[in-house]
Amino acid sequence: MKEQLAKIRAEALAALGGVKDSAALEELRVRYLGKKGELTAVLKQMGKLSAQERPTMGALANEVRAAVESAVDSAAKKLEERALELRLQAETVDVTIPGKAPRLGHRHPMDMALDEIKDIFVGMGFTVLDGPEIELASYNFDKLNAEEGHPSRDWSDTFYFDADSRVMLRSQTSPMQVRAMETMDLPIRIIAPGRVYRKDEVDATHSPMFHQVEGMVIDHGVTMADLKGTLNLLVEQLYGAGTKTRFRPHHFPFTEPSCEMDVQCHKCGGAGCPTCKGEGWIELLGAGMIHPKVLEMSGIDPNEWSGWAFGIGLERTAMRRFKIADLRLIFENDVRFLEQF
Amino acid sequence: MNLSREWLNEFVPVTASDREFAEAMTLSGSKVEGTTDLGAEISNVVVGKILSMERHPNSDHMWVCQIDVGDSEPVQIVTGAWNIHVGDLIPVAKDNSWLPGGVHITRGNLRGVKSKGMLCSLKELNLDERDFPYGVITAAALLNDYHPIDPEKPSIPADVQPGHKIYGPVVAAGVEAVESAGEGRWTCTLTYPEKTAAVVTPCQNIHEGDLVAYNTKTGAICTLSDLHAEQREFPHCIPDGIFVLQEEGVQPGDDIKPVINADDHVVEFEITPNRPDCLSVIGLAREAAATFNAPLTLHAPVVKGGADGVLAELLDVETPAADLVPRYTARMVRNVKIAPSPKWMRQRLRAMGVRPINNIVDITNYVMLEYGQPMHAFDYRYVRGGKIIVRRAEEGEELTTLDGNVRKLTANHLVIADETRAVGLAGIMGGMNSEIVADTADVVFESACFDGTCIRKGALALGMRTEASAKFEKGLDPLNTLPAVNRACELVELLGAGEVVDGVIDILNYVPQPTVLTLEPDKINALLGTDVPADEMVRILQKLDFQVDGDQVTVPSWRGDVKRMADLAEEVARFHGYNNIPTTLMRGQTTVGGYSPKERLERRLGQAVRAMGFDQIITYSFISPTYYDKIRWSPDDPRRQSFKILNPLGEDTSIMRTTTLPSMLEILTRNYNYRNKSARLYEVGRVYLPGGPDGLAVENKYLTLGAYGDKMDFFALKGAVEAVLRDLRCGGVRFTAVKDDPSYHPGRCAAVWAGEKRLGVLGQLHPLVCGNYGVDAPLFAAELSLEALMDAQGADPEYVPLPKFPDVARDIAVVCDLAVTVGELERCIIQNAKGLLKEVALFDIYTGSSIPDGKKSVAFSLTLRADDRSLTGEEADEDVKAILAALEKELGAVLR
Repeated sequence: MKEQLAKIRAEALAALGGVKDSAALEELRVRYLGKKGELTAVLKQMGKLSAQERPTMGALANEVRAAVESAVDSAAKKLEERALELRLQAETVDVTIPGKAPRLGHRHPMDMALDEIKDIFVGMGFTVLDGPEIELASYNFDKLNAEEGHPSRDWSDTFYFDADSRVMLRSQTSPMQVRAMETMDLPIRIIAPGRVYRKDEVDATHSPMFHQVEGMVIDHGVTMADLKGTLNLLVEQLYGAGTKTRFRPHHFPFTEPSCEMDVQCHKCGGAGCPTCKGEGWIELLGAGMIHPKVLEMSGIDPNEWSGWAFGIGLERTAMRRFKIADLRLIFENDVRFLEQF
Repeated sequence: MNLSREWLNEFVPVTASDREFAEAMTLSGSKVEGTTDLGAEISNVVVGKILSMERHPNSDHMWVCQIDVGDSEPVQIVTGAWNIHVGDLIPVAKDNSWLPGGVHITRGNLRGVKSKGMLCSLKELNLDERDFPYGVITAAALLNDYHPIDPEKPSIPADVQPGHKIYGPVVAAGVEAVESAGEGRWTCTLTYPEKTAAVVTPCQNIHEGDLVAYNTKTGAICTLSDLHAEQREFPHCIPDGIFVLQEEGVQPGDDIKPVINADDHVVEFEITPNRPDCLSVIGLAREAAATFNAPLTLHAPVVKGGADGVLAELLDVETPAADLVPRYTARMVRNVKIAPSPKWMRQRLRAMGVRPINNIVDITNYVMLEYGQPMHAFDYRYVRGGKIIVRRAEEGEELTTLDGNVRKLTANHLVIADETRAVGLAGIMGGMNSEIVADTADVVFESACFDGTCIRKGALALGMRTEASAKFEKGLDPLNTLPAVNRACELVELLGAGEVVDGVIDILNYVPQPTVLTLEPDKINALLGTDVPADEMVRILQKLDFQVDGDQVTVPSWRGDVKRMADLAEEVARFHGYNNIPTTLMRGQTTVGGYSPKERLERRLGQAVRAMGFDQIITYSFISPTYYDKIRWSPDDPRRQSFKILNPLGEDTSIMRTTTLPSMLEILTRNYNYRNKSARLYEVGRVYLPGGPDGLAVENKYLTLGAYGDKMDFFALKGAVEAVLRDLRCGGVRFTAVKDDPSYHPGRCAAVWAGEKRLGVLGQLHPLVCGNYGVDAPLFAAELSLEALMDAQGADPEYVPLPKFPDVARDIAVVCDLAVTVGELERCIIQNAKGLLKEVALFDIYTGSSIPDGKKSVAFSLTLRADDRSLTGEEADEDVKAILAALEKELGAVLR
């Protein structure tokens, strides 16, 4: 019996070591461990053994059974691993084949530039305002201190809807300053983006409709230094930290002192090149301290309150931001152009 | 405004380089647009002296010259010009030199003779006779240059000899010698058989050995016109040739640029409309003096006067339109000798972009540039009655202005008139009838101040904005008229152009009220955010000719723009330096910023449609009225009521759109024409409807979707709209068929609703609309009102517990009439479910062999579930049975 057990053990382990597939494994398992298997057959003979032999033989038989069972398990595991390996091999794809991407829509570059500006100012506690494009001349001009006779009021420059030049297409977003002053509580911090209209023929840098963003702050003790600081912040956010600016005196009827802000030419770094017409600087926006007369006309006491305002052209900002060479592309809306943003 | 730096230096010494000058002036408020070096294009061109001239051995018209150009050896240059003589000083473009227009001159070989450069004409130096009146060339008709028109019938025989008669007293004569008679004239010694004559002639093209036509009666050498000959008969008898210099103190080898004033640099300024005082050399000199902290030297004109006559007797001025003429100043000059003005004056005028004309006209222009005060000169003999009346024009009155145009005037124009007629358009342009001409003897100089608005409107109405009107319209300093007219008279005396009559006519219709402000350094510093000391502020203001007395500041008369503290602050800031103002961030009360609900809606819509592949577009708000035709709106459609621009750029941009649809269709069409295979576009844009407050528009915004290609169809578009509405959590969304929208396909158009609120319309465009746009593919569009979407937005989501019990799914297919819509079936199913139905989903519509004609099979997948227990199949079936019964009863839809 001992020999029988030893033989079963040796044969079973050898057979299991070379098993090739799960069917063969199952056959071997049944053959050795099944109810009618060889080991069971041997154990059935245990009854015939003497009482002394029985415990020894029992232990031996159990040991052989455990050894065979373990060999079956490990063979099964090996087969599983092998099967998985084959499956993974079979399922391998060419990862360089293009993906199946849903087509996302694109935002218009000008809206992207506008959003950057909005984000910067909303972060500083500014409210974004919207207002009418068909506007009263009194808001676009009179209340902004551009009196009758100011050249921008000419019919050659501004679109009008009535012979009395009363209703017009706003030529700037600045009337939103007046609308804010008339309707909002002080202190005020607003930006007002929107469409504006001037009688310019379409070319690479002009369009009869374009966009501006107006900004305005009115509070106690607001200074021109604050204006500079805020605009510098805007420029650094738009064009990167360390972008150099300069401020030059200028004239707007509704600010005093007035200024224009230039940004150092990105092409030549200030040395002078065709892009900046040799100046080293590129004009970016107009700004100034709100004219005391404008404050007074909207019922705000200039001795008590002061403020600043600026206006920035969005097309130019977007064109510089994305290096767009021709303004006409902005309004052409060719999908091949839009897809680039 | 152009500024000659040479002229500027008369008033303020500034040696800064062009770049430094431009930068400093720009930063102090006088924006420089650019600087032109007048001589930039000229190099290696010098003064030369002609040492000898020989006729070219291989040419009948060229000369070989030896020229002293200041070098040790003379240079040899071949020229085709005939107006030069030995001893002449001429501009020589040496080997490897450059002339205006990028012309490069190098050595060459002309018919076998070496030539090391070129002699220059006025034109080649970019000059003309107005710059150098003595440069006019007069030519004689040389008989040895005669080329008959018809070789068979020459007017002059080919073998003409001295003494031959040409016609009448004119005979052929040989030139024995030519000598300079000074001032560009020449003495020619002529011989014709047995006679000689010494003739002084202005003709410069005569040389020893030539044969000329000599008029024995008048003693003159004949020109083309004297011979009644044509130019082509005497090809070299032309008023063109080398520029022979008559400048004093010029030596061979001198650089030509200072000689012809091409060494000046001209700075172009952009002057803002609040600073008309800077439209003058003196105004800019004042700014430059303050900018560079350099001394400003101005000069008070001194007039000797003393001409015959008493001004009051000669001239009377009336200003009936006193409100339009704050000041009228005039002086008179007699015995005028009209002549070219001197070189220095012509050069300054030219540098500033003004064409020299004659001494009197040049003086008016010179004073206008120097003082910024427009001047006008009339010929006194045409001021009838010796009376000048400055009055409003008669309605329909006509005047021929100096440019030769007949102007029809209205009562809004101001004219300078005599007793009988207008002689000038005040502040804009003089009249032809009183123009300064060659024989003008007595001149009236007008130096007036007119009302800016009147001049601006007058010029605008006539479409003739002139240099003078551009100045007047900005409002000039009335105190400037007197110094300006005196300066003009001083220049008349300096130029010897006439005699000035004593006295001035000066009519003042205004009360000068100098602005006096209180200097409040603390307030200025508080506004600027600076710490500029008070005495620095005083220094800056004084430099600009503000008078400071304690804290009282008197604003100079020419600074009408300075009216209050903020204006003084700007003056301080300009010269303290804008870039020296610190940069700080705002202090004060914190404000909560952010977007309005409307703006948040816009942003959300944009995100939603971009996620579905729609690209954002931006279109013009104005359209052509014909766009309404293109989208098939009937001629009497009330939606055509648009805001109409009275002065549009063109028909295409003449009305404000009341619909965004045509704008979208334009862009779809453009992309289609560019052969882009597909497009999905969106715009959030406004329409402009009549009826807003104050006569303004109601500016409603629309989300417009547009698409073609890439499997776009009605249901893809509808799906996009549904997704948008789901994103906004709109409740009660439904779609109804629209058959009567003229723009859309009557069978493929739907209105979308949220409850009873109409949100908009969507569908496939009508094929006739596509045809109007020339597109032969189906186009799709949706128009959703943002106002309606705003109202239809659902509340923030509230969590619903996830189901604890399993679903039971039941599929049903019913057969019904074709006319029954899926919407009706769905509604019927939902209405008749007993609370277990959670979801209805259409999964098939079928018509075909097993379905009777006029019928269709519609299949739905129903999901049923109870919230508190596991549903049994029997319970579910019972519900479905009820639904099927209702479908049959209400819609005649029977289970298939």
